[in-house]
Amino acid sequence: MTYLLAALLVIAGVFGLIGSYGLIRLSDGMQRLHAPTKASTVGLGAALLASMLHGLTLGAGFSWQEIIVMVFIFVTAPITANYLSKTHLWSGRYTPSPSGSDRPWATFDPTLDDDQPTLPKRDP
Amino acid sequence: MTEALILQAALAFAFACFAAGFVLTLARLLIGPTLPDRILAIDTMVVNAIAMIVLYGIKTGLGFNFSAAMLLAMTGFVSTVAFCKYILRGSVIE
Repeated sequence: MTYLLAALLVIAGVFGLIGSYGLIRLSDGMQRLHAPTKASTVGLGAALLASMLHGLTLGAGFSWQEIIVMVFIFVTAPITANYLSKTHLWSGRYTPSPSGSDRPWATFDPTLDDDQPTLPKRDP
Repeated sequence: MTEALILQAALAFAFACFAAGFVLTLARLLIGPTLPDRILAIDTMVVNAIAMIVLYGIKTGLGFNFSAAMLLAMTGFVSTVAFCKYILRGSVIE
């Protein structure tokens, strides 16, 4: 069991380092979005799994609280990446349009504005 | 004895990796040419900090420090989204 714990810790360290090294290594802002949002998330997930396993076998006792943090991180990482890529697109430095379609990126598409829900009007 | 030694070595390795990642995100925060790069660097820095809190909980054997990790995760997410929203729309709450 100790070997599994050590393997999880090593995986966590390697993935966390890959995520942060990709932030330095990659050249474009849009490419730079890839490394931290995926590799660092896996690294933190492995560290939380190691914490759960350590509590189960050696430490102060098992707890489900790591699951909450893991779910929160796994849910919020794509939302963060989506917002950051939108910010990159609107900054105007990223020119290519999506391949295989005539339409622009969805955040630039003017036809999508018609689908916006309207708030109910209050009676005068 | 040797199993405890292996666990200590793995913990030290993970600590070193996340600390090096923290320094790398700090470098990207300093040299980042655009504002979204800096926001991404802060977000990754928060993830590394949460990982180091978790590893510290393993090292001391006191258990998982839930409130610190959850607070840091929520603050990091909300601040990143609010910053992006501010850049995109000019205001946080419309």
